[in-house]
Amino acid sequence: MIGLLVGVPLLGAAVLLCGGRRLDRGGHWLGTLLSAASFAIGAALFLSMLGKDAEDRAMHSKLFSWVPVEGFQADVAFQLDQLSMTFVLLITGVGTLIHIYSVGYMEHDPGRRRFFGYLNLFLAAMLLLVLADNFLLLYVGWEGVGLASYLLIGFWQHKPSAATAAKKAFLVNRVGDAGLAVAIFLMFTTFGSFAFAPVLSSTGEAGEGTLTAIGLMLLLAACGKSAQVPLQSWLGDAMEGPTPVSALIHAATMVTAGVYLITRSGAIFNGAPDAQLVVVVVGGVTLLFGAIVGCAKDDIKKALAGSTMSQIGYMILAAGLGPIGYAFAIMHLVTHGFFKAGLFLGAGSVMHGMNDEVDMRRYGGLRTHMPVTFVTFGLGYLAIIGFPGLSGFFSKDQIIEAAFGKGGTEGWILGAVTLLGAALTAYYMTRVMLMTFFGEKRWQPDAEGREPHPHESPKIMTIPMIVLAFGSVFAGGLFKAGDTFVDWLEPVTAFEHGHSPVSATAVTASTIVSLVLGVGVAWFQYGRKPVPAVAPRGSLLTRAARRDLLQDDFNHVVLVSGGTHLTRSLVYVDNKVVDGAVNGTAAGFGGLSGRLRRLQNGFARSYAVSMFGGAAVLIAATLLMRAV
Amino acid sequence: MSPINYVYLAALLFTIGAAGVLIRRNAIVVFMCIELMLNAANLTLVAFSRMHGNLDGQIMAFFVMVVAAAEVVVGLAIIVMLYRARHSASVDDASLMKL
Repeated sequence: MIGLLVGVPLLGAAVLLCGGRRLDRGGHWLGTLLSAASFAIGAALFLSMLGKDAEDRAMHSKLFSWVPVEGFQADVAFQLDQLSMTFVLLITGVGTLIHIYSVGYMEHDPGRRRFFGYLNLFLAAMLLLVLADNFLLLYVGWEGVGLASYLLIGFWQHKPSAATAAKKAFLVNRVGDAGLAVAIFLMFTTFGSFAFAPVLSSTGEAGEGTLTAIGLMLLLAACGKSAQVPLQSWLGDAMEGPTPVSALIHAATMVTAGVYLITRSGAIFNGAPDAQLVVVVVGGVTLLFGAIVGCAKDDIKKALAGSTMSQIGYMILAAGLGPIGYAFAIMHLVTHGFFKAGLFLGAGSVMHGMNDEVDMRRYGGLRTHMPVTFVTFGLGYLAIIGFPGLSGFFSKDQIIEAAFGKGGTEGWILGAVTLLGAALTAYYMTRVMLMTFFGEKRWQPDAEGREPHPHESPKIMTIPMIVLAFGSVFAGGLFKAGDTFVDWLEPVTAFEHGHSPVSATAVTASTIVSLVLGVGVAWFQYGRKPVPAVAPRGSLLTRAARRDLLQDDFNHVVLVSGGTHLTRSLVYVDNKVVDGAVNGTAAGFGGLSGRLRRLQNGFARSYAVSMFGGAAVLIAATLLMRAV
Repeated sequence: MSPINYVYLAALLFTIGAAGVLIRRNAIVVFMCIELMLNAANLTLVAFSRMHGNLDGQIMAFFVMVVAAAEVVVGLAIIVMLYRARHSASVDDASLMKL
């Protein structure tokens, strides 16, 4: 049953990718159907899980023995507990909605069948990742997600920018993957196993240094997949893919994998406070980094990408807080899944009506032309900035409270960072909202001279957006009411209350104050007066943020030119030293033989002299030896 | 007379032959000097045979004579052909076998 969850979309991917052109007409419906079937199976399992006691809910199913070697047991086995279940529902649920949306969005694309094949592959890999019962199988899913994201980001591979972005995402992810591989090696040498149960239950036996090393390697892996500083540079470029892909990567799959990994390995991090501190720092830095980038981008998808980075930063930060934060990290992940998918689908709907224009400075006043998109995007917007009563408010508020609850100076710093992040979130999202849907219309004919005629997208695209908008509005309240979500996850992640020096009411109040501040500043800059069609030069920080806070420049200077210089010096050494030794030996022997051949001069008598001389030397040597 | 004197004589003959091979240019003379060295060797073998009181050395001397006879046939034929080709019997003129 659990295997079917992975198997169904995998079958879809196999059929769609191998089926050939005869599936072009109905292949997208097959893909959508199989994704929905996976969701149905997940929902059925969820209902049966609800019927059991909290402690007996985890299910386990072994499919077959993968590597049955003495001392090295690798099984293809699945584990479905509350944490995996949450992910399964999010991945298949939001994934199915994105499938439905893509039917409309990719209608005129000749590669639609291939696209749906990749989408199904993505779902299958992500489900494998969250359902695996050991780190090795998780690694398979982890790599599968990397492959599927590469294929989807570079889906329009005829565009050089898309092909480059796909390569970049893949390469940056490889760095993280290496971290995960090293973490698994360390686990195997320390615990003699890499299955979740033996590793996570015996963390007490390992030294703190070992746990810290494993934790840091896991964090490196999480940074790669979840686009955290310093491996964040691929996320912005990944916007080259079709918009549903961005929604899928940012909401349901891929970037959530890092949060899952850290939460799943919670027992390791709980035993390594130093690693936890690094996790929190990475989360906090990324939170602000992404938010600042999001504030400066004029490309609607890149602004949303900055926002994703920032929100994932929140989750990583919460996961780094330990048992006081795991549940909130996952809760924010789920609510974020709803509203970020809704926002991306909304952005796709806007682009669909605007001839694929992405520059927000050329939008403006779209609310009357696209009412459904406006309302659903607006609800997603209110949810992400944490408008009281909507999903994002509950989940983000909890994280901020938990950050203060860390205690001590650390708690104050983290609380301040998360509050600042909340204000920045409110600012950049309000900016996106105002530039896109309000103000004067600023449309211009595109490069081919076509005047855009903004129109509402077809029903097949708007219905998923409406469903996601419902999720954005109600999910948070549903999870928060009576601590349903925390209780649900408690058997897996454990839960402790933080000891916040600030009362919950005060935290909520300051969250709302920072929200109002962010919205106010954004309205002051973009709502009160018309938005210039050409971006002003801006301050130093703005210009840096437009260039993704110089992340690519940093990578270029440090990694690319560093690598180039290293390569050049190695080539120099290879040419001069290694080749020099070989060539020198050859030249030496060549010169020697050139001199030696003069001895062969054709005169029989000089040969005879050599012979007599040689014989004389031999005889003399023999006699000498005998004398001695 | 002690047989060792024959060995001294053989050494003398061998030295004369070797010097002749190295110094003389005329192929016929060089050839005769080679024969001289061969016979010096034969004389040594026979002398040793006498000293040891068995016939091994004499048998060996017969072999050398047979081989020397064959060598004379081939060698003289080469010298005659060389003379016809170059109108000279100097070994230094036959120096084309070189790089």
